[in-house]
Amino acid sequence: MADKQVDKGKRCLLATAGTVAGGAVAGVAGLYPFAASMLPSERAKAAGAPVEADISQLAPGERMTVEWRGKPVWIVRRTPEMIETIKKGVDKVADPNSKKPMQPQYAANELRSIKPEYLVLVGICTHLGCSPVEKFRAQAEDFAADWKGGFYCPCHGSLFDLAGRVYKNRPAPDNLIVPPHKFLADGKILIGDDSKGA
Amino acid sequence: MAASEKTPVTGAGPFNGLLTWVDARFPMMSLWKDHLAEYYAPKNFNFWYYFGSLAMVVLVLQIVTGIFLTMHYKPSAAEAFASVEYIMRDVPGGWLIRYLHSTGASFFFIVVYLHMFRGLMYGSYRAPRELIWIFGMMIYLALMAEAFFGYLLPWGQMSYWGAQVIVNLFDALPIIGPDLSTWIRGDYVVSDATLNRFFAFHVIAIPLALLGLVAAHIMALHEVGSNNPDGVEIKKVKNEQGRPVDGIPFHPYYTVKDAFGVAVFALLFCLIMFFAPEMGGYFLEYNNFIPADPLKTPPHIAPVWYFTPYYSILRAVTEEFMQTLALGVTAYTFLILFTARGCLIKIATIFIAPVIIFLMKGPSFTLLGVIFPIEPKVWGVVLMGVATLIFFLLPWLDQSPVKSIRYKGALSKWALGVFVVVFLTLGYYGTQPVTPAGTMVSQIGTLVYFAFFLLMPWYTQMEKTQPEPARVTM
Repeated sequence: MADKQVDKGKRCLLATAGTVAGGAVAGVAGLYPFAASMLPSERAKAAGAPVEADISQLAPGERMTVEWRGKPVWIVRRTPEMIETIKKGVDKVADPNSKKPMQPQYAANELRSIKPEYLVLVGICTHLGCSPVEKFRAQAEDFAADWKGGFYCPCHGSLFDLAGRVYKNRPAPDNLIVPPHKFLADGKILIGDDSKGA
Repeated sequence: MAASEKTPVTGAGPFNGLLTWVDARFPMMSLWKDHLAEYYAPKNFNFWYYFGSLAMVVLVLQIVTGIFLTMHYKPSAAEAFASVEYIMRDVPGGWLIRYLHSTGASFFFIVVYLHMFRGLMYGSYRAPRELIWIFGMMIYLALMAEAFFGYLLPWGQMSYWGAQVIVNLFDALPIIGPDLSTWIRGDYVVSDATLNRFFAFHVIAIPLALLGLVAAHIMALHEVGSNNPDGVEIKKVKNEQGRPVDGIPFHPYYTVKDAFGVAVFALLFCLIMFFAPEMGGYFLEYNNFIPADPLKTPPHIAPVWYFTPYYSILRAVTEEFMQTLALGVTAYTFLILFTARGCLIKIATIFIAPVIIFLMKGPSFTLLGVIFPIEPKVWGVVLMGVATLIFFLLPWLDQSPVKSIRYKGALSKWALGVFVVVFLTLGYYGTQPVTPAGTMVSQIGTLVYFAFFLLMPWYTQMEKTQPEPARVTM
């Protein structure tokens, strides 16, 4: 060993590379606890319990709102005319048959619901998270002259029909989300839980 | 340097002894000379040169009023709104401090936009001042972050839904988006956790960064010297003492001038703060006097005025507009390939442009699009980001042989004029509800906005410029 020359260039390179790599690893490891502390806390994670909604008082053509996981969930009881409008409006909407996974399997249909009459939606626009407003009346509006009724997002002008299907060529890319839900006995809906059985 | 080697301080009368003692232990006199008494600034500064010092004044105002607001404000979702109203009604003079702070926020942006416009007019970003410009742009970005975090704190309807929209911008990013926005919020919706951390960012993290950036901005400025309305370097012509012939000491000449500017500014500021602190809903939006309701978006939401040009660009991007954009990128690619001089830029363009065009047009009908969908909303976010960041490139986009608009040709003058009009128009439409006509105007505005920057290397070289004078003119 003694007769060999020390390769100072290599020694310097290894020292530098080792310092940089070690420093980078230590740096990332040092930052991790701070970054991780900003994730949702255990308390925030636990606050997602399903909620029950009583729909026995909901009249046809009306909407009610309940809060689930801090978000508005709408329950709309559609009239036969409304359902007719949805079926006619296929060419206006981007995803008429709910091909994209914006709903549980049991709502992946034209009306996006379990029972045609009752529509359950998360009332948050798929564009940037505003809550669209209801514009159920079919009449000329500022945002669309031949409006057939549905939801209008005041933030960026996205339109949705009475099944929460997004209109073509609007900022929102997807249909409104249908949350997991199931019908209970005595005119109630459970939102956030669709498991079978008890 | 040992104390004995420094010359004693003179000219301070009875304080000479004390100041000499301090100067022997702290570089007081050299700081004073380098940055004030012997910092030579061009003698032809005009109206537009008030806004740098005014920005500093507003920064101090915001920090001081902010400290006193934190003494009464409660950063929790349950108490925030009420604590702001408590400051307004019950804290002695609390309304004054709060309105100083909220009016100060809008004035900060007015001053900074005018300061940036000055830079655009006189080419203050050109070599050797690129770093001053870059630090300045970083200040601008930090200021936008500061304003955004601060706007959530009153926990009104506009606070809540504004934060909801802006945080959801990150949600749009492919793959990492949803996790990233959850991480920013610290919850699945904008909530108490979000408010509490925005408070931390607003009162400590961003202000610290701002102060550091302001120091860097001024240090870089004092290293290379100030530009001036003629865009000529005063350091080129020096007298026997090595001082620029066209320079005058910052103190007392410009300290006095700026003090006058501060007085006029304070008058205007007070007029608005005392008589129209809400400024017709532009400085403080009416909906923000309603407590945040996560279940109900206000019928019309718009950001505060200083964000609206970018907000218009965000809203302008629709599926149809993507076609126009893809066409624009294609045309720009050919423009570079056929007329740019540099070989490197052409090679880079050949590789990068097809990727961009493919991402814009391709994914909707390819396999890649199924795995990695990039929708118009993502492009809206990207375009908005690029619109703020593109200012960083100005030092290299401007290829004119002269710096100042005074000696540039008609093309540059028109370009800057049209840019200002477009910026204001986009700003106006950003405050309005969406209409087909408004969207159309925003889309045209977006194209012009980017053309101003991206075509700059061409129009600044094509036009005939006037020769710069050797010395500054008054």
